[in-house]
Amino acid sequence: MRKLLSVTSGLISTVLLSSHAYAEGNAEGNGFAVPNESWEQLWNEVILDITIIGVVMMIAAVVMLLKYKATSPDQVGTAKKLTAVQSIAWVLIPASIFMADDFFLAAKGWTVWNDYRRVPESAMEIKVTAYQWYFEFEYEDGTTTDTLVMPHNQPVVLRMTSEDVIHNFGLPAFRVKEDMMPGRITYIYLNPVDIKDTFVQCAEFCGNDHSVMATSVRVVPQEEFDAWLAEAANG
Amino acid sequence: MSTPTTTAGHAPASGWKEWVLSTDHKRIGVLYLVGSMAAFGVAGIMALIIRLEQMELGMQYVQSAAQYNQFLYFHGAAMILAFLIPGLTGFAANYFLPLMIGARDVAFPRINAFSVWLFYFAIVLALLSFVIPDAPDIMWTGYPPYSVTTSGNTAFYVFTVHLLGFSSILGAVNFLVTVIYMRAPGMGWNQLNMFVWTTIAAFVIQLVFIPVLAAAVTLLLFDKYLGTHFYDPSAGGDVLLYQNLFWFYSHPAVYVIFLPAVGILFDIMATMCKNRVFNYKAAVYVGIWGIVAISGIVWVHHLYVAGMPDWIRLGHMVTTLLISVPVGILTLSMWGTLYKGAITYNTAMMYAVSCLYLILLGGLTGIPLALPSMTLHLSETSYVHAHFHFIMALFSAFALFAGIYYWFPKMTGRYADGPMATLSFWLNFIGVNVTFWPLFVIGKEGMPRRYWNYEMFSDITVWGMYFQDFQKIATYGSGIIALGMLLQFINFIKAAINGPVAPLNPWNSLSLEWTHTQSPPGPGNFPKDVVVDENWSPYEYNKG
Repeated sequence: MRKLLSVTSGLISTVLLSSHAYAEGNAEGNGFAVPNESWEQLWNEVILDITIIGVVMMIAAVVMLLKYKATSPDQVGTAKKLTAVQSIAWVLIPASIFMADDFFLAAKGWTVWNDYRRVPESAMEIKVTAYQWYFEFEYEDGTTTDTLVMPHNQPVVLRMTSEDVIHNFGLPAFRVKEDMMPGRITYIYLNPVDIKDTFVQCAEFCGNDHSVMATSVRVVPQEEFDAWLAEAANG
Repeated sequence: MSTPTTTAGHAPASGWKEWVLSTDHKRIGVLYLVGSMAAFGVAGIMALIIRLEQMELGMQYVQSAAQYNQFLYFHGAAMILAFLIPGLTGFAANYFLPLMIGARDVAFPRINAFSVWLFYFAIVLALLSFVIPDAPDIMWTGYPPYSVTTSGNTAFYVFTVHLLGFSSILGAVNFLVTVIYMRAPGMGWNQLNMFVWTTIAAFVIQLVFIPVLAAAVTLLLFDKYLGTHFYDPSAGGDVLLYQNLFWFYSHPAVYVIFLPAVGILFDIMATMCKNRVFNYKAAVYVGIWGIVAISGIVWVHHLYVAGMPDWIRLGHMVTTLLISVPVGILTLSMWGTLYKGAITYNTAMMYAVSCLYLILLGGLTGIPLALPSMTLHLSETSYVHAHFHFIMALFSAFALFAGIYYWFPKMTGRYADGPMATLSFWLNFIGVNVTFWPLFVIGKEGMPRRYWNYEMFSDITVWGMYFQDFQKIATYGSGIIALGMLLQFINFIKAAINGPVAPLNPWNSLSLEWTHTQSPPGPGNFPKDVVVDENWSPYEYNKG
């Protein structure tokens, strides 16, 4: 058991040492953070972290479950009672390891959080309002549309609210979502560095048509965006 | 039975009155068991319908989106409020806690009887929602403004919560007083069974936090039916007030379910391993009470995408991650209890071992969800759905079933073990994995919870498979569980009637419910008053 624990801590410290900084910005994009890319990277690291802990603990359990099978019904366990020092050590040492991993993950999580929440000054603002059961978008020139189109490489901030119940602006392709609530304004920062044809779906239960409350979200080249917006303004 | 009086001092009643008018904690425990299993059955059927509906795009099995939402509401509310909490803190605590501490009953037997009948009224009220034309459709969380503006009957939800909350608060007071004042002479705090510790911790949580939930839903009732505006921003209210109050109770409520399940697990493992609980004092004072202490300061992780200020989301990220410390200490004690044990395998132990796997899987998959940046995507996906099913629903349900097999000889004098028990265990264990693993996979790609249709994801593939393919696998898994549970219930009934007769202490346990009384114990529990000495412990198998 003790040997296995030292293996666990060894593996965890390996993960700790292999850490590296996020938020260096994307080289080929516009220089601003791309939250969905940071998300995938953090996901891979967290999954590695929990897989190591899970596999080590499961192996420890299986080994003990097989090794300590009773051979006769009268047999009793032979584990020694812990001394006071051992008892305390068995709290402090594991607690330190758990907390080291916690703070390591918290630091990483915080960094990615900043990628999501720091909006560049040059971001284009689009107002989004949710209704039962559709989304409405209002661009800076006052044009309103029922789908979201964003120019390629232009950071965007969505200022969101709801006119009736709570909805949620869920963008799986951008790895982000945030509630839309009556009486409150929330925001989402997007950095559309890839040309995309995807969708937004409501991600907070809002009634009968919750499951079909979705609309198209596209990232298109700047010229195409300008043409689309002009047409939407006239239409 | 050598003691002819009931615990309340009346002559024993006969026939149906023996059950309906009973103030005996064991009978009340059995009433909780029957009620919670009935709720489990009905809510389980809802789950099957929900799973069937998700197999294909579009609507196949339910009549309307409204009906689907009503099933979701009932499944969640009934499983949590009418199966898991009453099954663990109602049935298991009622039947076994007084026996474990050597008490003849609980401190207030009549209040105890009142608690169980409040619970039954709540179940009846919940079931009535299926015959009224406007069933509640507000999920078990009941968020306003939807729960206020819906045509569904939110009052049923509010009154069900009131009845169950009232029942739980009375139960909490009763059991805390029982453990404080009615332990067998000589029984010190460090000699208590782990199940006793985890149960009183759960009741402390209930006592502190339920009033907050009651307030939250009562204001909901006022908003909907009396025209107040507590949650209505157009008149100065706030929609997030409800969510904060609701989760201030409902996150600790997870531990009301989790802790007694952990306690059952420890008692079974120590008994079947014939080993003392590894680092008992650490498990109790750091593990159990650490969880209680932290439980009240992590609720914002349920509001990570609700537009709360950044600083509070990050603050609760740290507190949420720190739950790993007390839970980790408890987990180490479970693993340590296996070390150098003398392990006997039976159905109870098989369920207990499967719980070790479930606590790892369910617990560790919660770590990404502790990080707000991860949750910005994972929130409201089937990843969350799979995570909380593994840690809360499946871990706790499997621990409860482990407990039923373990204590079956105590309650009936017969074993429930046998080929049918083994078969149903494997069906259940395989079934839950087949059901919930696919939901992790598509959840990471964005599959939303609470959707009957997911047309927008129709051309997204993972590993070359569409979402529907994963949903089909999950639905087949739920079919395997259904078969396993059906066999299990048939097995319980058969075993209670003509199962193999068990000796008084079939597992050679040192715990008082096995060593000091008959199976099942008669009125007043013990033929002689129980006295223990300072060296007694339910776990000292190895005197060396």
